[in-house]
Amino acid sequence: MWRYFLPAAAFIALGGLFAFALVRIGQGSLDIREIKSPLLGKPAPGFRLPTLAEPGRVVASSAFAGRPYLVNVWGTWCAECRAEHSALLAIGRTSGLPIVGLDWKDDRQEAIAYLRELGNPYAETLSDNDGRTAIDWGVYGAPETFLVSADGHVLEKHIGALSLAIWQKKFAPRLAGGGAP
Amino acid sequence: MIPEIGTLALIIALLLALAQTVFGLAGAQLNRPSWIAATTPAVAGVWVFVTVAFVALAYSLATHDFSVTYVATNSNSELPLLYRIAATWGAHEGSLLLWIELLATWALLVAALSGQLPVAFRARVLGVLGLVGVGFLAFTLFTSSPFARLSPAAIEGADLNPLLQDPALAAHPPMLYMGYVGTSVAFAFAVAAMLSGRLDAQWARWTRPWVVAAWMSLTIGIALGSWWAYYVLGWGGWWFWDPVENASFMPWLAATALLHSLAVTEKRGLFKSWTLLLAIFAFSLSLLGTFLVRSGVLVSVHAFASDPSRGMFILALLLFFIVGSLTLYAVRAPGLKSEGGFELVSREAFLLLNNALLVTAALLILTGELWPLAMDAFDLGKISVGPPYYNAVFLVPGIPLVFLLAIGMHAGWRRGLLSSRRRVLAMLFGGALLLALLLAFGAYRSAGTALTIVAFTAGLFVMGSALIEPVEAWRRGQKLPRAAIGMAIAHFGVGVWILGVTGVVSYKVEKDVSLAPGESTTIAGYTFKYLGTKPVSGPNYEAIEARVVISEGDRVIAELPTQKRVYRVQKNPMTHAGISVAWNRDLFVALGDDLGGGKWSMRLQYKPLVRYIWLGAVIMACGGLVAILDRRYRVRRTADAAVADGAAAAEAG
Repeated sequence: MWRYFLPAAAFIALGGLFAFALVRIGQGSLDIREIKSPLLGKPAPGFRLPTLAEPGRVVASSAFAGRPYLVNVWGTWCAECRAEHSALLAIGRTSGLPIVGLDWKDDRQEAIAYLRELGNPYAETLSDNDGRTAIDWGVYGAPETFLVSADGHVLEKHIGALSLAIWQKKFAPRLAGGGAP
Repeated sequence: MIPEIGTLALIIALLLALAQTVFGLAGAQLNRPSWIAATTPAVAGVWVFVTVAFVALAYSLATHDFSVTYVATNSNSELPLLYRIAATWGAHEGSLLLWIELLATWALLVAALSGQLPVAFRARVLGVLGLVGVGFLAFTLFTSSPFARLSPAAIEGADLNPLLQDPALAAHPPMLYMGYVGTSVAFAFAVAAMLSGRLDAQWARWTRPWVVAAWMSLTIGIALGSWWAYYVLGWGGWWFWDPVENASFMPWLAATALLHSLAVTEKRGLFKSWTLLLAIFAFSLSLLGTFLVRSGVLVSVHAFASDPSRGMFILALLLFFIVGSLTLYAVRAPGLKSEGGFELVSREAFLLLNNALLVTAALLILTGELWPLAMDAFDLGKISVGPPYYNAVFLVPGIPLVFLLAIGMHAGWRRGLLSSRRRVLAMLFGGALLLALLLAFGAYRSAGTALTIVAFTAGLFVMGSALIEPVEAWRRGQKLPRAAIGMAIAHFGVGVWILGVTGVVSYKVEKDVSLAPGESTTIAGYTFKYLGTKPVSGPNYEAIEARVVISEGDRVIAELPTQKRVYRVQKNPMTHAGISVAWNRDLFVALGDDLGGGKWSMRLQYKPLVRYIWLGAVIMACGGLVAILDRRYRVRRTADAAVADGAAAAEAG
């Protein structure tokens, strides 16, 4: 009576799924926590914000149109941001891309001191004090980094601290090949 | 020294559990009385050594031994003693130890209270429990030792997750685990029955009280978790269909189904293979819950440290127990014959429907739980399954189930609705509908959601229906058996629970406001006035405390202190909601963010009937307790009596 073996067979199939998922998670090729940004492949939301150093001067995303650039969301209150800072400096130097720093809900003086201490990877550092621009970009935790194409589309997004390895694996191919997934 | 004693005790316990398995299973199979006799001392030995290990960990926590990794990561010198003890099960390694401690305790209880079972059968049950123990002891020792040393020792501990520093949550895991692990007893009985080939009504009778006990613990455990989520997470929700909540709810549904199908197997000798399958299913879902929570394959708000290598170990355990028992089932089940049949309207038929609906709900919840993982694993896209799905798959089988329950309680075995009850039921249904309308339009002045009237009617109908039998018996001066009283109480609890859920879902009012000191706002006829904030400090946290005065008309009802805490070590902010409780509603204030200038954002809520959700669960569990105390489960010490009884039951069936 083969039908009595159905429950066991169903469970073996379920076990196979779990084993497959666990192996992929172990290899790092499956990240169940990752949520793909709905912005990928879509036009970037843009920004229009005062700079950190001179609050009187406003910079808009249109200033970067025509070439690819990075947007990095950070804050002095964010420990992971400190962890990725040296990687950001290196990426800025080696890739030649301008990085726009979005200083999110931060204290202005502390942020200036922070950049003075650790070095400034940013082409422009903008203050998003009320967090509205971060909401536009769908940011839910710092640090987050976006790669925007020359025609203003979001090519890639990374949540959490950036490293050179992640840069090579995730971002560099997008720049070479162009399109979003 | 103490942690090493703990490790040593766990190693000895593992060896004794192996002995328990071998003596129990092989002794019964080969019919060696001396081996069988050695099983019980092995069970006692496992319990003693596991308890030594458990106490060793609790002691290390209580005495701040920060040279133990587990203590250093889950405790702190400022942590109050209650939470230092509760930290014993506050993280992965310790909660596994609790799992094992409870398993050993269940086995000890089975050994002590099963004097009436045939010795070989009892040895098999204990052998299977021993095997489960071997699996989990090995898992703990090889992948998750709670006694691992930290070198150099930490000067201070990283503190217990502040979310867990709460009395309800100190009690929640032990209750829940009692239930989870309790399903292993039903499983052990089922496997023992399949091994011995003794699948008669007697087997069902032996299993029933254990299933009821496990089900009670699960009920209380889930209710405590829900209550905790309600006032600690600060959102005022009581159920989120979070993967970890579902992991506890699915075994509950399976255990509830098992409870009812066991009744049929015991009384009528029917559904035998189905009952076996359910016993395996309930335990499988408990193991699956453990796996899902700890392996890191699911995303959940419940932050359990998870890692894939541990996941593989549990998966191997899971497959061994479940596939092993299901294969045994596939071999045994074809030989099972049902004795006699039943008609379309009979208690058997109602219970069959009950089982079909409960299992459908459990399987659909499981599907929702695993679907995103399957999609993700095969790169078919990221999806998340949320409350709309779960509400649907729970309500669609759930609402018919409640009406069937109200009627089915009054169906006789074999055939027929008890004719004397038809009129009473019809009157009760009318009364329930009338009362539901009165409640909706009279008390809350609106029809609520599409299902409000239906659900109120269902709840009231079940409550009334549950009382019919006790009231009749009381009128006639008869004494009902405890099992019948227990059933009535539990079913009454289901009705109470439904009233609570319906009230809060249909008529809750939530408002997010920002208030400056002295300002007030009104929801659902209650005026909330914000007086201002002041800093306060607790043993291991600093807090901002806001005072909000609630009044209804001119009458001041409550002055609620509500806090936003920052725990000194882990630094994460926690809301400590202010709640004013009354018999018919909660008023709930949770503090949000400081908006500057003394202004704060806060979330105000009016939660009608919310307490009945947990009250209902407690009543259900009380029903279980009364039923367990029924005379027919009382220990009969001689094996002869049990055998004679079994033969009689087989004849009668």
